[in-house]
Amino acid sequence: MAGQTSVSDLKKQRRRRDVVQGINIFLFLLPGLLLFVSILIAPIAVSVYRSMYDWNGFSEGTFIGLENYKELFTNGSIKFMVSLKNSLILAAFSVFVQLPMSLGLALILGRKPKGERFYLTVFFMPVLISTVVIGQLWLKIYNPDYGLLNTLLGVLHLDSWKHVWVGEVKTALGSIIVPTIWQYVGYHMLLMYAGVKGVSPDLREAAMLDGATAGQVDRYIVIPIIKPIIRVSVIFAVTGSLKTYDLVRILTEGGPFQTTEVPSTLLENMLFLRNRYGMGSTISVMLIILCFAFALLITAAFKEKET
Amino acid sequence: MKEIKQSKAMKFDTTYVPKGSNPVAKTIIYILLIIWSVINIFPIYFMFTFSLKSNEEIFGLNVAGLPRDWLWSNYASAMGTGNMGLYFVNSILVTGASIAISLIAALMATYAITRIKWRGSKLTNAFFMLGLTIPIQASIVPVYVVLSKLHWLNKYSTLIVPYSAFALSMAILICTGFMVEIPYDLDEAARIDGCGLWRTFFKIILPLMKPAYSTIGVYSYLQCWNEFMFANVFISDSQHRTLPVGIKALSGQHTTDWGPIGAALVIATFPTLIIYIILCKRIQESFIAGAVKG
Repeated sequence: MAGQTSVSDLKKQRRRRDVVQGINIFLFLLPGLLLFVSILIAPIAVSVYRSMYDWNGFSEGTFIGLENYKELFTNGSIKFMVSLKNSLILAAFSVFVQLPMSLGLALILGRKPKGERFYLTVFFMPVLISTVVIGQLWLKIYNPDYGLLNTLLGVLHLDSWKHVWVGEVKTALGSIIVPTIWQYVGYHMLLMYAGVKGVSPDLREAAMLDGATAGQVDRYIVIPIIKPIIRVSVIFAVTGSLKTYDLVRILTEGGPFQTTEVPSTLLENMLFLRNRYGMGSTISVMLIILCFAFALLITAAFKEKET
Repeated sequence: MKEIKQSKAMKFDTTYVPKGSNPVAKTIIYILLIIWSVINIFPIYFMFTFSLKSNEEIFGLNVAGLPRDWLWSNYASAMGTGNMGLYFVNSILVTGASIAISLIAALMATYAITRIKWRGSKLTNAFFMLGLTIPIQASIVPVYVVLSKLHWLNKYSTLIVPYSAFALSMAILICTGFMVEIPYDLDEAARIDGCGLWRTFFKIILPLMKPAYSTIGVYSYLQCWNEFMFANVFISDSQHRTLPVGIKALSGQHTTDWGPIGAALVIATFPTLIIYIILCKRIQESFIAGAVKG
C-alpha cells in the first residue's frame, strides 16, 4: 500500500513539474510571441482575408473573391506588372553586378593587402548611412541644372550626355539602381569577407604547395567553402529588391509617368491616394508570396549546383 | 619538426598573394581598391562641403571644392527651423527602445528554445525564423488600420513596437548561435545547486551572453535607425518624426536652398560615422560574428 501511494505521488509530482515547466516555457516565449504574432502573423492573416475584399479601410467592405488578384495582373492602370518588372531588374542588377563586386572585394581583402583594415572600414560606411540621406545626396548629384553629374559632363564638353536624370523615362530607373547597388556592396562584402577569413590557412597553404595560383585558390577552394554565405547574400539581395521603397520615394516618387513604381510605392498609393485598402492588402500578400517563392527557388538552385 | 613547420608557414605567408604575385596584377588590385575607396568617401566629403556653402557657391563653379566662406549658419537653420535636434533625439529614443525590447524578448525566447528540453522547440524556432523572409510591408495595411482606429498613430510606441517585432527574428537567430556555445553542464550544475529556470537564466546565461549583445545591437540598429516606410506612413505630426522623415520634410521646405539640407544630412550621418570610426573594429567583428553564427 505504502509503495503504491509513493508511486502515484511520484507521478503526481512529475506531472506538476511538467506543468510548471510548461508554464515557464510559455512565460519565456511570451514577449517574443506577443510581438511576433501581433505585428507579423495576425496582420498577415488579416491581409490575406482583406485581399479578397473591395474595402476602403473603414466600412465593412464587400467580398469579391480573387477579383483583386485578377485586376492586379490584368488592369494596366494599376501598374503592378511595371512595378514587378522594375523590382526584377533591380534584383538582376543586385545579383549580377553588386554581388560579384562584393565577392571580388571580399576575395581581394582576404589576401591581406596593405591597409586591409582601412579598406574594410571605408567600404562598409555607406551601409550605415540612412537611405533617405543617400537619396537626398544623390538628388543633389542628379540635379539637372546644378548637379554634380551634369556639371562634370559640362566640364568634359559632353553636353549631349546631360540628362534630367530622375525625370526622364530613359534614365530614371538607372538613377535608382546606381545608388542602391553602391550602398549595399559593402554589406555583402563584409558578410563574404567573414566567410573568406574563416577558410583555414592550412588549406590555402596546401593548395599553394601544389602549385595553385592565388586565383585558383579563390576559385576552387574559397568560393566553394563560402557558398552558404553567397546563397544568403543572393536571397537578401533579391528579397531586398522586391521590398525597395526608400530610394524610389525620395528620388522619383515612382515617376515619370509611373515608370519607376515598385510594389511598395504602389501599396502606399493604394492606401493614401486611392483608399483601396483591399487592393493594398492584395499587393502585401503578393509581396510575401514572391519573397518566399524566390527564397525557396534560390535555395533549390544552390542545392542543384552542389550535386 | 615544429620549427620546420613554422618556418614553412612563414615562408608561405610572405610569398602569399598579393605580395608574391606578379607586380602588374598587384598594382591593378591596389588601383581598384583606391578607386572604390574614393567612390565611397567622395559622397560624404561632398555632403560635408555643400552643407557649408551658400547657393551662389554651389551653383557657381565651386560645386565640389572646399567652401570659400564657411557658412555655419546653415547648421543653425537646420537645427532651428529644420528641428533636426528633435528628430535626432526621437531617432535615438525609438532605435534604443526597439533594440532593448527585441534583445530582451529574443534572449528569453532563445533560452526557452535552446536550453529547455521540450517537444515543439524546433517548430517554435522555425516559426520565428519566418520573420527573416517576411517583408515589413506585409503587415503595413492591417497595422495601419488598427492603429488609426485605436488613435495610436503619432506616438513613439507606434514605431517602437513594429521595429522590435521586425528585429526579433534576426536577434533570435544570432542569440541561438551564441547560446548553444555555452556548455550545458552549467545548467545542470545550477539545477543541482537548486537554481530554478529563471535564476539560471538571469544569473548564468545572461552574463555569459554579453558578447552577443553588441552583435544583436549592430543588426537591430541597422534595421531601425534607417527605417523609412513605417515612419513615413505612421508619423504625420512633426513632434514624433524620426530623422529619415524629418529630412524628407526639410527637403520639401527648402527645395531651392541646398545648404541647410546638407547640414541636416551631416547632422543625421556624422554622429553614426564618428562612432563607427572609433569602434570600427568592434562593430565589424560584431557584424561578422552575426554572419558566422547565423
